[in-house]
Amino acid sequence: MIKKSLATAALLLVGLAQGQTLRVGLAEDPDVLDPTLARTFVGRLVFSALCDKLVDVDEKLTIVPQLAQSYEWSADSKALTMKIRPGVTFHDGEKLDAAAVKFNLDRHKTMPGSNRRGELNPVTSIDVVDPMTVRLNLSAPFAPLLAILSDRAGMMVSPKAAQAAGDKFGLKPVCSGAFKFVERVAQDRITLERYDGYWNKAAINFAKVTYTPIPDATVRLANLKSGQLDFIERIASSDVEKLEIEKKFKVSRITEIGYQGITINIGKSDKAQQNPLGRDPRVREAFELALDRQGLAQVVMDNEAKVGNQWVSPTNTYYAKNVPVPKRDVEKARALLKAAGVPNPSFTLVTPTTSDAQRIALVIQAMTRDAGFDVKIQSAEFATSLNMADKGDFDAYVLAWSGRPDPDGNLYSFHGCKQPLNYAGYCNADTDKLLDQSRAERDPAKRKKLFEQITAQIMKERPVIYLYHRNWLWAYNPKLSGVREIPDGLLRVSGLKLAP
Amino acid sequence: MARLTASPSRLAWRRFARRRAALLGVAIVLSFIVLALGASWIAPLDPIATSWGAIRKAPSAAHWFGTDEIGRDVLSRVIWGTRASLLAGVVSVSISLLLGVPIGLAAGFMGGAVDTVISRITDAFLACPFLILAIALAAFLGPSLSNAMIAIGVSATPIFVRLTRAQVINVKVEDYIEAARAVGNPPWRIALRHVLPNITAPLIVQATLAIAAAVIAEASLSFLGLGQQPPAPSWGSMLNTAKNYVDNAPWMAIWPGLSIFLLVLAFNLVGDGLRDALDPRQR
Amino acid sequence: MFEFLLKRIASIIPTLVVVSMLIFGLQQLLPGDPAKILAGEEQDPTVVAYLRAKLHLDEPLPVRYGYWIGGVLQGDLGESVRTQQPVLTLVLKKLPVTVELALLAMTIALLIGIPAGIVSAVGRGTVWDTVANVMALWGISTPNFWLGILMIMLFSVQLGWLPASGYVSPFEDLGANLAAMIMPAFVLGNAIAAVLMRHTRSAMLQVMSADYVRTARAKGLSERVVVLKHALRNALTPIITLGALELGTLLSGAVLTEQVFTIPGFGKLIVDSVFNRDYAVVQGVVLVTATTYIVLNLLADLAYFAANPRLRS
Repeated sequence: MIKKSLATAALLLVGLAQGQTLRVGLAEDPDVLDPTLARTFVGRLVFSALCDKLVDVDEKLTIVPQLAQSYEWSADSKALTMKIRPGVTFHDGEKLDAAAVKFNLDRHKTMPGSNRRGELNPVTSIDVVDPMTVRLNLSAPFAPLLAILSDRAGMMVSPKAAQAAGDKFGLKPVCSGAFKFVERVAQDRITLERYDGYWNKAAINFAKVTYTPIPDATVRLANLKSGQLDFIERIASSDVEKLEIEKKFKVSRITEIGYQGITINIGKSDKAQQNPLGRDPRVREAFELALDRQGLAQVVMDNEAKVGNQWVSPTNTYYAKNVPVPKRDVEKARALLKAAGVPNPSFTLVTPTTSDAQRIALVIQAMTRDAGFDVKIQSAEFATSLNMADKGDFDAYVLAWSGRPDPDGNLYSFHGCKQPLNYAGYCNADTDKLLDQSRAERDPAKRKKLFEQITAQIMKERPVIYLYHRNWLWAYNPKLSGVREIPDGLLRVSGLKLAP
Repeated sequence: MARLTASPSRLAWRRFARRRAALLGVAIVLSFIVLALGASWIAPLDPIATSWGAIRKAPSAAHWFGTDEIGRDVLSRVIWGTRASLLAGVVSVSISLLLGVPIGLAAGFMGGAVDTVISRITDAFLACPFLILAIALAAFLGPSLSNAMIAIGVSATPIFVRLTRAQVINVKVEDYIEAARAVGNPPWRIALRHVLPNITAPLIVQATLAIAAAVIAEASLSFLGLGQQPPAPSWGSMLNTAKNYVDNAPWMAIWPGLSIFLLVLAFNLVGDGLRDALDPRQR
Repeated sequence: MFEFLLKRIASIIPTLVVVSMLIFGLQQLLPGDPAKILAGEEQDPTVVAYLRAKLHLDEPLPVRYGYWIGGVLQGDLGESVRTQQPVLTLVLKKLPVTVELALLAMTIALLIGIPAGIVSAVGRGTVWDTVANVMALWGISTPNFWLGILMIMLFSVQLGWLPASGYVSPFEDLGANLAAMIMPAFVLGNAIAAVLMRHTRSAMLQVMSADYVRTARAKGLSERVVVLKHALRNALTPIITLGALELGTLLSGAVLTEQVFTIPGFGKLIVDSVFNRDYAVVQGVVLVTATTYIVLNLLADLAYFAANPRLRS
């Protein structure tokens, strides 16, 4: 009798678990749900449940297989052969095979408006070796390739659905992830439901996942507290203390792979020459010395950030130890300014209108005043600031970058001559040579040496002053287990469980 | 020669004073004006002085209203912020009046094609939600207090155009206007010397109420990041920052919120009182 | 009368044309290159060029206006460049949400404003006047986004009585829908309540000194009967026509209220689209809003006309 009721209870529990919905709160509204066209960080959170990719990264940023079961570089490192996991199907039932992978990579490279084209530039062609094996041919060895395939460029959509929908695919995406697309009400909710044909079905414990964008952090947290959401991303650093004291919700913190920094116009436009900060590297050095990075992290982020001075955090394998984080030295700063002949340099710091960025600007203004700097703050909403950055119509501005698993993703586009994100206007032929070398070098030890050289080189000019690496701060229902703290800030649904 | 009855303005004042609510409003507005003008003497501390050690401290003897997210004294910021909010209200409405009244006069007085064109354009403006116009203009001009004031002022202009025009049409047919015309006065003279003085009453009422709305509009624009920029204080931008700390530092929001509420309420009460006092139907 | 009607209806068209030009022009004023904004984090120059061509950004202003208006007249309001959803679909999905919010807000406004106006008029000059005044005015005196956040903190987080957000369609679950809408409707309705209070008050005052009311009083009817039966009935006409006209204010207020309460209506859509430079969305939504407003105005005018025989001649 007891056995029977226990069994019933167990079945009920299983049934309950099987019928559960995971409700996630996002900090922004994702853009188009097409991996080829997508362009926001927050969209990737949805993709992590909707679209599987060739490879993934783990907590240590090591590449792990997902849709590609194994991979092998050729001897000259100019080709990557990948074996596709057997038995995987898309949400519409189509098989995922080598032909499908080739279709997707071609789509990423050639579809008009594709945001993956630049990422996959080094891939010249894709060969179908056999029904379950593809080979990516490269123009030159390209170390960041696997890291790139762990993001949207490695996501696979159903060729049949993509061909049928053309560029409207994003309205009803058909992928091969754990959950399939049900509906999207713009700015309200994205609803996904479990895909029964998922290859890793056993790890999935929810029937549905909903993503609700709630831009205001206070309201987002209120929703978690009132029980309407199970998980929220990017809580305000000022809310962490209270949450940890109250112990009603779990808090996760992971240092990001991106950074927060200040870009200085050193050559993007004529404006660089008109301001001592852009003109004279000594002034920039003085500026950096006048900063107390720990103090910044304390005041702006309530210490929920790791102080740094490079595009990767000090705990990253590729951090160049030969260029350590400088300590604040106001005396030296003043001496440098005197030597440069500008004891009281003045410049305008452009900041986006987010409260974080504004706080940074305010604190920097106060801190650097001690060394003689007169920082003026100008707020510009995102669209305008992008325009200013593009035209070089600025002295300095506060910028953040969400980060990529391979350091090349934080580096090349920013410091390579004339690269799209090189708003500082830094251009050095030697650095470019080293950058290309670092891309082609697959051996981690040799690569590290190259990065050390690159860092020393770039930091002489200080086109960007890196401040710190923020913590991704998540808060969630304590009954939720299996939350993996991966530094890219994306929640993975495999292995997540919500106790009833 | 003695007057048998009090002059119209005297009567209006008496009617105004009869409503206690209106007097309360005037008292509050005057207090805020005093605060705004005397901020440098009244405020205990520097409103932009940061203090790393005193971040988000609750109200205490040293800081009566507490400190904000980078250690600034909330009380001093509230006092200094009075200027921004009063300016936001008064300057915006002044812009609306300076633009709206002449246009409305022209439309109402000249009639015909001029009226039609102006009316259609005004209708179009009024059909767009006010805040959207303000946001678009503020985004175009760039985030700053002065640009926010211009944006609000321009967005509110159609209201005054329409009001002025309606009043002018009413007054146009009065005898004294006919008389002025018969004497040979040029139209602009009639408009300025005879029409305008007789339509000021509803304009004053609407202007007072518009100041209240403009203060709120500045706060709304600041909520979206388009108003007063750091480090200068304004109640709206203080609320915008404070909303992130409602849970752990509520004093950051209570005081600016209360100040906005009192000031706007006061202007509303005064406006209502003026409407009562100047309403011709009450004579 | 028909002449007046026809004239009024005919005047809508030039107004709408001006609205379309106004909102189109405003969008173009906004600084920044929409192609760059929409090109996302990576800022690939090929993508930027592609978007510029797709959005006809390099063509002269009148041509772009022509493209847009041509589409509108055929029922195609363009699509959101950010999410590719057709603007018309967005509008049709979100219009009912904002309409429901507006109707609920209006109901609350009537429930607060009219009694307050009556009390204020009847008790003119007394403390009830001030009380009623403050009660109705406090809504218009507080920024609605601020009031919204306070209410969420109190009713959702502290007391747990109401959900902090999460719109549910009334056809899906009416109870949940009302639970989610009651706070934003209250926040919005407060502001309108003040306007309604004022108008009720002045209409009542006007009417209360009118002849037929004096007659009713002379007849010996109780003050309450006088007020409720005679005065109020006659004061209601202008109040109700006013309700339709307050739609503009409601939509303005909805912009921030929807943001705070995460209600997927027009207001939130417009703000986000302005900041994302999603031109087509802003233009489409404002055009629909403006048209609705103008049509409602027309209906209000007609109702006023119909209710007042004296104006007909």
